[in-house]
Amino acid sequence: MTGSPLALVWLVPALPLLGFVLNGALALGGIRVKRLVSVIGVGSLLASFAVAVVVVRALAQAHAEAPVVFHYWDWIPVGTLQVGYALQVDPLSAVMMLIVTGVGALIHIFSVGYMHEDAGYARYFAYLNLFVFFMLTLVLGANFPVTFVGWEGVGLCSYLLIGFWFSEKVNADAGKKAFIMNRIGDFGFLVAMFLIWQHTGSLDYTTVFAKAPTALVAGGGVVTAITLFLFLGCTGKSAQIPLYTWLPDAMAGPTPVSALIHAATMVTAGVFLVARSNVLFALAPTAQAVVAGVGALTALFAATIALKQWDIKRVLAYSTISQLGYMFLGVGTGAMAAGIFHLATHAFFKALLFLGSGSVIHAMHHAYHATRSHEDAQDMRNMGGLRRTLPWTAALMWIATLAIAGIPPFSGFFSKDEILGAAFARGTVQPGWYLFWGFGLVAALLTAFYMTRLMLYTFHGPNRTGPQEEVHLHEAPWVMTGPLVVLGALSLAGGLLNLPELVGGHAWLERWLEPVTGAGAALSAAPVLSHTTEWMLIAIAVAIGLAGIIGAVRLLDLTALVPARSAAAETGLGRVLWKKWYVDELYDAVIVRPVAWLSRVVLWRVVDVGVVDGAGVNGAAGLSRILGWLASRLQTGELGFYAIVFVVGVVAVLVKALR
Amino acid sequence: MFLGPSLAVSAVLFAIGTAGVLLRRNAIVIFMCVELMLNAVNLTFVAFAQRLGVSGQIFVFFVMAVAAAEAAVGLAIIIAVYRHKETVDLQHINLLKG
Repeated sequence: MTGSPLALVWLVPALPLLGFVLNGALALGGIRVKRLVSVIGVGSLLASFAVAVVVVRALAQAHAEAPVVFHYWDWIPVGTLQVGYALQVDPLSAVMMLIVTGVGALIHIFSVGYMHEDAGYARYFAYLNLFVFFMLTLVLGANFPVTFVGWEGVGLCSYLLIGFWFSEKVNADAGKKAFIMNRIGDFGFLVAMFLIWQHTGSLDYTTVFAKAPTALVAGGGVVTAITLFLFLGCTGKSAQIPLYTWLPDAMAGPTPVSALIHAATMVTAGVFLVARSNVLFALAPTAQAVVAGVGALTALFAATIALKQWDIKRVLAYSTISQLGYMFLGVGTGAMAAGIFHLATHAFFKALLFLGSGSVIHAMHHAYHATRSHEDAQDMRNMGGLRRTLPWTAALMWIATLAIAGIPPFSGFFSKDEILGAAFARGTVQPGWYLFWGFGLVAALLTAFYMTRLMLYTFHGPNRTGPQEEVHLHEAPWVMTGPLVVLGALSLAGGLLNLPELVGGHAWLERWLEPVTGAGAALSAAPVLSHTTEWMLIAIAVAIGLAGIIGAVRLLDLTALVPARSAAAETGLGRVLWKKWYVDELYDAVIVRPVAWLSRVVLWRVVDVGVVDGAGVNGAAGLSRILGWLASRLQTGELGFYAIVFVVGVVAVLVKALR
Repeated sequence: MFLGPSLAVSAVLFAIGTAGVLLRRNAIVIFMCVELMLNAVNLTFVAFAQRLGVSGQIFVFFVMAVAAAEAAVGLAIIIAVYRHKETVDLQHINLLKG
């Protein structure tokens, strides 16, 4: 295999790492050469994407049924635990690799324009390159620990980039919140790894998944515990109930970061992990129900919150949580290919939406900067009518909106329909899934509604930016709109990846992923729906999507909207939704405050000051002082006393020896 | 021959010597008591030499030689101390006491 282009796979993560090292050196050295930074940052990603394409082509030609594993060095050789640093190329990692490097490269290009005037330009690109390196480690890892390194690394980069403008405390706090929430999930991942090793004796994907059906009892407590702990990790990383609250706050980071990390790639790591471990999940029907249920509930719950947010990025953040819920509904149902398909299309249209919002914010920010106004550049109440000044952004974001709303033939329609179809099909066997399907359907209605709301408030109706500011609004430079156009094309045509057989397609992605998902699918066969039912489901889904869009157009009164500064406070249910169901407040009251109280009163004043400092440190010092004083009493300085002690000692030794 | 009585005398002498070292305060008396203990040991050596061979008797000569040297050095120290402090009472010789 060494002669094959597959062996180049190490270059895919290595190039962004090189970019990180070079840009990091430039940032630390204080060398302000933006052109060089851009060339390194974007170039390393483009090169990485090119290598990834070569590798995936080689994989397609090799027709390998088993994953191709490249073992680079022994990493943790401890007794029977043998963990190597190894990368694995298989259809799943190939898809993820292309998404990460492809969408990543586009977002890097966009960043050149978006971050152009930022003082931390080199630092920004260094972090972004480091993120891509860790994300590629995550998806390419051939065993759980290597994936975990990537998993932790992307969490670190997420933290660094959320708090990129750390001089404002809000941003630094948001970074910390994301990091801590993720730690809770990471604990689950770790415990799952311990259990996997205990019961299968290995952590390599190929070995674990080969042994799992025999080593673990199907539906038993062990495999259920493993999968639930893995899923706990996923809820943290992929922002699912109950660990989702960090993602909306993560919008404090630069907008391209939100697009890359908090929409297209990192937050989908959980979906990837479930798909990767599909054999384990197939063995644990309870865990599958939990995954699908949490996914469906999150999809609905986050969609309701998105209805009443005014910050353009927050709407998109809740939308991301909701769409991630769909993916988990898919993979939890056992439709791994559908989940990964939605992951891919979501990466396209959500990256487009975020970058589009970045373009809007860029324009708004410039307008307010020009007039030295301190209005909120991200509040939709300050926008309106922007389609006249940002025609490209508006048109491209409409494509993404139609895609996320599930209108054919845009990409989101196919992937979302496939997930809902799979959930409905599972419902024919287990009626509980009908409920999940219902949740998904209502969420689809809300999705279409809030996205249309976002578009209408931002791009249509009268302008509310302000008379002086309005003249300063302008379309972004080509370096920003260019990536938008590419993503627009992908959002439009992404459905071709996995065109269902129903409409004459070949379900290409599903066949491509067959070597990965086949083992799990063999353990739990998916029920098949008749074509009539499938057509009916499609009709329902499309009707729901259209209803959401038309409902938003009809119900929302654009002329009644006033700028954020003069807007009245929300009341009733609207206020509850605007306040995000008070979940942050609930967590604060139930977890944060008690923990803070426990730390301050019990752990600090009692345990630390009393036990550790008092009994521990000062106690040890006092004890040795007392012992020392006692021993010093023996040193009288009286020769006679010493002689007596000496004789007594000799006598004692003699007595002991002679008896 | 006479082993038992010899050892008994030796033990008594040694005990007297030890008691003297521990209880008396005059440096010269303590010194004499140390000599007494050495001679008690010599007596033991000689007593056992009859049964176990001549090496015990040879050892006695060594002890005598060392004791003579020790007496010379020890008495010299005592004289030096007396010249300095005008006493040989150990109660008053306590410069090293902490």
